[in-house]
Amino acid sequence: MSGHTTELVIFIVLFVLVSGMGFVAARWRRAENLASLDEWGLGGRSFGSWITWFLVGGDLYTAYTFVAVPALVFGAGATGFFAVPYTIVIYPLAFLVLIRLWSVSHVHGLVTPADFVRVRFGSPTLALLIAITGIVATMPYIALQLVGIEAVLKTMGVTGDLPLIIAFAILAAYTYQSGLRAPALIAFVKDALIYLVIIVAIIYIPTQLGGWSGIFGAAKAKFDATPVATDGVLLNANNQLNYVTLALGSALALFLYPHSVTGVLASRNRNVIKRNMSALPLYSLLLGLMALLGYMAIAGKVTPIGKDGNTVVPKLFDAVFPDWFAGVAFAAVAIGALVPAAIMSIAAANLFTRNIFREYIRRDATDAQEAAVSKITSLVVKIGALLFILLIDPQFSIDLQLIGGVIILQTLPSVALGLFTRWFHRGGLIAGWIGGMGAGLLMLYNIANPANGHEHFGSSAFPLSKLGLDTKMTIYAGFLALAVNLVVAIIGTFVARAMKAADGEDGTRTSDYFADQGDPRVKDLEYSSST
Amino acid sequence: MATPQPGRSDRSPWNWLLLIPIVIPLLPFLFNHAEPTLFGFPLFYWLQLAFILLGVVTTAIVYRMTK
Repeated sequence: MSGHTTELVIFIVLFVLVSGMGFVAARWRRAENLASLDEWGLGGRSFGSWITWFLVGGDLYTAYTFVAVPALVFGAGATGFFAVPYTIVIYPLAFLVLIRLWSVSHVHGLVTPADFVRVRFGSPTLALLIAITGIVATMPYIALQLVGIEAVLKTMGVTGDLPLIIAFAILAAYTYQSGLRAPALIAFVKDALIYLVIIVAIIYIPTQLGGWSGIFGAAKAKFDATPVATDGVLLNANNQLNYVTLALGSALALFLYPHSVTGVLASRNRNVIKRNMSALPLYSLLLGLMALLGYMAIAGKVTPIGKDGNTVVPKLFDAVFPDWFAGVAFAAVAIGALVPAAIMSIAAANLFTRNIFREYIRRDATDAQEAAVSKITSLVVKIGALLFILLIDPQFSIDLQLIGGVIILQTLPSVALGLFTRWFHRGGLIAGWIGGMGAGLLMLYNIANPANGHEHFGSSAFPLSKLGLDTKMTIYAGFLALAVNLVVAIIGTFVARAMKAADGEDGTRTSDYFADQGDPRVKDLEYSSST
Repeated sequence: MATPQPGRSDRSPWNWLLLIPIVIPLLPFLFNHAEPTLFGFPLFYWLQLAFILLGVVTTAIVYRMTK
């Protein structure tokens, strides 16, 4: 462990400081009591533009992104840069969708995407499917945040499971105590640290490595030397389609994740969301520059620890920064993991409470009971995520995250399209979900990864040749699965109509989708002005 | 139950502007080239980073116009 002492001390001090903030957060913008889901799980639905920006930013741009995207760029080059178009396309796409979701959720007091589906399509079964999809897709995502912390700890020479367990126990304790207020408050510190680190990295590291042209030159030389056809500093004819569909598919998936919805619903009004959709891309700039750290690692001749590609960025920091600043950088990554992990576990807990507990176990649950169940569920979810990492090979959790993206995309027809049209029959949507889910998992199962010898679930780039097409092109499996889902849902709807199958009742009205703060039908907004 | 501002809706011609930052970043033939470079960045990298600005500007315009 010698040689890393300064790094460790700085890391621990920052980590403890931030954890303290998490506990104090319960008093921040204090509510009458935290014993309701609106307060514990949505921070009183009162967040303004700034807090929402930090919260949603902290939510979407996770430690894992900051570690894994550069790792991907390090390994494969241009393909890894898909994160940039992905995070550009997402905001204009979500712009109109999310304000409608906000409005209808506030009029009807909805907390989760599955709540919305329940009201819109009058189908508890469909809502249950959406809720389970959300929980299953979120779990490996939380586990992946731990992979980020683990990579940092490994680089500092800290091994064993105990430090990871301690970090997670602290996280669990303050989320339990403060709810969504904790990550919202910590997000400020996290972002300040990450911005500091990346700005220093972007300015300082190139001067050490012979400037940007030297960095890109080193990357090109490395990829030219490998026999693999899919890498390189530019895309080739065969991976362009995958690049584009992966970017678009990931963008469509992101705001279907329950934790993104949680961040959005916690905002005060529609304009806060709109303003954020134009300001959030600033993070994409950060992400794009972070991605290039992968090339810097190549130019700096950094080698990952073992086969763990996620350690390249921490190793790069360790190699080029003075010890104390490397400590700050490591703390930034670790704290960056805590914010989304907290929000994700809250979102998963809300789903369980609202759409499983209240729907199937205790129909007459009070607000206080709902909040209590959510708090406990958030603990269970986090313990589950921790076990994931401790018991299963971390590489496997990355595969699971891949599956998570594909399956959450299958809720798009019900949730996102449902916000615009009630044309689909609930039976059709259920059939579409089954079809898309089946197709997606089948495709993923059949993708091998020669790099690490996995025969199944190797990546999300599905070779079109497996469909009998004479081409080497690949496509994002989630995208194809969504197409199957939509086709089945449309056919299913026609069939259900022809058979005159009973359709659920729509509990919403057109005007619900445009309601804004100040509208008498919008609840829960009076006591939110205590800024 | 009061229903204020009847006929209120999301519809606005300005929304069509949102298509620009959705479509442009998904056209690889625009940016999948090494030349011209800018500050040592191949076109592939600097142009895609520049698209972020395009996204910010268009969504900001739509927000202002539909506020």
